Amino acid sequence: MIYQDSKTILEVRGLSATVNGIEILKGLDFTVKSGEVHAIMGPNGSGKSTFAKVLAGHMAYEVTAGSVLFEGKNLFELAPEERARAGMFLAFQYPIEIPGVANSQFLRLTYNTVQAQRGKEELDPLEFDDFVRETMKILEMSPDFLDRSVNEGFSGGEKKRNEILQMALLEPRLAILDETDSGLDIDALRIVSEGVNQLANKDNAIVLVTHYQRLLNYIVPDFVHVMDGGRIIKTGDKALAVELETHGYDWVSAEYNARMAAL
Amino acid sequence: MNSVTSILRSPAGYLEPLMTGSPQLRSSLYKLRAEAASLLNVLPLPTPRDEEWRFTNISALTKLSFSPALNANPLKGDDIAQFYIKEATTRLVFVDGIYAPQLSSPSSNSGVVVSNLPMALATHTATIEEHLGRHIALPDNVFAALNTAFMHDAAVIVAPRNMVVEGSVHLLFIATQKESVSAPRCLLVAESGSSVTLIEDYVSLQDATHLVNPVTEVALADHAHVNHIRVQRDSQHAFHIANCAVSVGQSSNYQSVSIAMGAQISRYNLNVLMAEGAQCAVDGLALIADSQLADTHTCIDHTKAQGVSRQLHKCVIGGNAHAVFNGKIMVRQGAQRTDSAQSNRNLLLTDKAHVDTKPQLEIVADDVKCAHGATIGQLDSEEVFYLKSRGLSDSVACNLLTYAFAAEVIDRIPVASLKHQLQQSAFEQTRGQR
Repeated sequence: MIYQDSKTILEVRGLSATVNGIEILKGLDFTVKSGEVHAIMGPNGSGKSTFAKVLAGHMAYEVTAGSVLFEGKNLFELAPEERARAGMFLAFQYPIEIPGVANSQFLRLTYNTVQAQRGKEELDPLEFDDFVRETMKILEMSPDFLDRSVNEGFSGGEKKRNEILQMALLEPRLAILDETDSGLDIDALRIVSEGVNQLANKDNAIVLVTHYQRLLNYIVPDFVHVMDGGRIIKTGDKALAVELETHGYDWVSAEYNARMAAL
Repeated sequence: MNSVTSILRSPAGYLEPLMTGSPQLRSSLYKLRAEAASLLNVLPLPTPRDEEWRFTNISALTKLSFSPALNANPLKGDDIAQFYIKEATTRLVFVDGIYAPQLSSPSSNSGVVVSNLPMALATHTATIEEHLGRHIALPDNVFAALNTAFMHDAAVIVAPRNMVVEGSVHLLFIATQKESVSAPRCLLVAESGSSVTLIEDYVSLQDATHLVNPVTEVALADHAHVNHIRVQRDSQHAFHIANCAVSVGQSSNYQSVSIAMGAQISRYNLNVLMAEGAQCAVDGLALIADSQLADTHTCIDHTKAQGVSRQLHKCVIGGNAHAVFNGKIMVRQGAQRTDSAQSNRNLLLTDKAHVDTKPQLEIVADDVKCAHGATIGQLDSEEVFYLKSRGLSDSVACNLLTYAFAAEVIDRIPVASLKHQLQQSAFEQTRGQR
């Protein structure tokens, strides 16, 4: 939702980044304000996931140019864990399995770490257990998932729900959902989307990275961006997503190239 | 050439008075000890030139000298209560190798024997003579010979026919004296159809240098079940050189978990002899840091058909520590339809951590299923990043992942309070190791 008195949460200017020496992001500009929901779409290889991982601070990506301000702070001065504690959250496209670490232990540890950072009360195992069970109901997750190792042996859909559960617990200011809809069946997509909608409010913001318009039927974006060649080449509203679903991306690229050629 | 007696202060003066112990001891064990003592004069101490000791240099040990504790340290229950295990229904405590009756609670159940050697000999002479010293091979094993030559007492456990021994038997070997040598000895006999859980626990009361040289013999008759948990948490300056020989009878099941966390140099030799249809799980964890060395040599010997063996051995190596694993699986002619799987997984936490691993299969039979493998790796950077992206610091993330790696073995310990205690120590020990 777009609000009058919103604050700028994320400001990306001219961001370029490489992986293994290959430039993937090539001067990307992107601004997110509180209360907003953004969708980033684009063909495979356009740099969407790279952008998400650069924001989270993944070590494989090297930032070569540009700036990112997260709530006014230089993002690149923050280590990945500091970004998380400051309120940045990335829901992974492929959540990592961690054998031997109980999900309950992991969730409580991350929750208490972020709570401590915010000067809020930490929860002991019993208190946390009550709290997390309530939160799991939003995502229709069985409490059995608490006793299992983090993501180990979870189906694709279960992993994605576990990501959104973490988002619900950590209450980020900016949540980037990297293809959270992939691998979800219709029911799971509805449940996960409703969960995300419940978490959205006027103080936080959500960025959806997706290939498919169907997610946007459930989580309605304020802005839809098309990414190609490491840049955002077009921005519109939710109608743009419908158009992309019908006509593909080629026309957007053609339009962008023509515009660039005219400059 | 160094002989083992060179590291002992006046060993001759020590041995003789012990040899003339109780008349009963003398009659049944004199020969065994005399043979072992004579081997001590012949067998050299191993050096890295010996294939079995290639990676484990004990020259630091040979530069020191040790004396047997002659007087019992008068410990009280409060001194060692921290080591008690609540599931243990019986407990035998040995302090610097000397039996401490005031700290022990031997079995009062008629039939089950959990007591020290002189008491057990009073009622079970035949069983003890049949098994004590009969499973461990001395001729090429100087440390087993040393233990045997020194043997004047032992922990003896006999689970009688068809009896399920409730709870656990806890053997607590405590080292307290500086530069002492102790030779803990244990004999477990599980008679036909019996079931028993044994915890062998080595601890130090202070951070002193001492030499602990245990020998354990475990004999399972047919259809018996033994859980054997071994915890080596000696002082960081100790030397711990242990031998264990297990004989698994027909259709019996031997499950062991051994944890090595202490000692500057530790060595554990475990030999498991498998009869027809015998099953075993031989799991281990070495969790070491600084300049510790932990060496585990195991041999699972399938002598008859249809044996099943499983082995998971893990090493977590920090600092400039060094782990050694040598795991031999033998499948002899006639051991058809053996089913064996072995896995050794090593986690190196630093650039200076080091592991030498050598899984070995020696298969003579032709109808067998054997799998083995070894991996050496570091923490998975994607796993670390995932945890960091949720706000955990690098050190907490690494601690959690290291702990999880180790916990897979600890979780197999079937004694809840001990498992919990070791989980805690593993978590502490893996903290800030990168």
